[in-house]
Amino acid sequence: MTDHAVTETHVEHPGYGTFIKVWVALVLLTAALVALSRIGQAAAVWGLLTITPLKAGLVFYFFMHLKYEGPLLKGVVLVTLGTLLIFFVLLFSDVAFR
Amino acid sequence: MNEHAHRDDFGSRLGMWLFLVTEMVLFGGLFIAYSYLRSRYPMEFHQAGEELNVPLGVTNTIVLLTSSLTVVLSIVAIQRGEKARSMAFLATTLGLGATFLVIKSFEWAAKFHHGLYPNSAHLATLLPGEQIFFGLYFTMTGLHGLHVIAGMIVLSWILRMISKDEVRADRYIHLENGGLYWHLVDVIWIFLLPLFYLAA
Repeated sequence: MTDHAVTETHVEHPGYGTFIKVWVALVLLTAALVALSRIGQAAAVWGLLTITPLKAGLVFYFFMHLKYEGPLLKGVVLVTLGTLLIFFVLLFSDVAFR
Repeated sequence: MNEHAHRDDFGSRLGMWLFLVTEMVLFGGLFIAYSYLRSRYPMEFHQAGEELNVPLGVTNTIVLLTSSLTVVLSIVAIQRGEKARSMAFLATTLGLGATFLVIKSFEWAAKFHHGLYPNSAHLATLLPGEQIFFGLYFTMTGLHGLHVIAGMIVLSWILRMISKDEVRADRYIHLENGGLYWHLVDVIWIFLLPLFYLAA
């Protein structure tokens, strides 16, 4: 709870420019994703596994202000993503050895 | 009553995030189901994925990314006390949300026209893997579309609050939380685009 007060009194808000830059990055990454999918199936899947989480990360970190939040909120999101990853690994370890 | 004494903006954001992680698990479950079924029917998913309109999917991605930008710019504006600009940005988000839904409805209408809709006679003649692909497509984009509609209702309500000065430079947690919801809807679409349109 100690960083609670820090978050609350935090006044250094990012300006318009930061978010516009992030948006430009997101559009460029989308273009890269589409370009990769034109190359072929394997490239498209690699794009899905690398560029897509990166785009989602940018939205979470900047647009959703996680960059400016304390460890509690960051932890809530990471625990959720970790839980989904565990489900994913468990399912595929089951499928693979059936 | 001193409203200041009863405010906990961090608590509000924490509550919103706890709700958002339940949404992440909801869609995450569907993403995991998709991954398993795609690994089981790779050829059928590829075949069925060819039916989808890539330019429309990509256009809708840019539309939603831009709508996310305008929400976050609306927050910057309200922090600086620029009420009119904040409302203009938020109204732009609503317009882009409506654009997304219109494009989506054209897409779905084209599918329906080709006899592709849940429980259709034509769908029953396709291979099981293709039926599953379209089942997932309609379930996941449909559930996402419902979230877009819900987000637009929430943001319209917040737009009204800004106009009435209930959301303002020293009190904008409603806009922040509404924005968080809208961004999550955007993130879900970021995953839906490659899953259905690009990498199937």
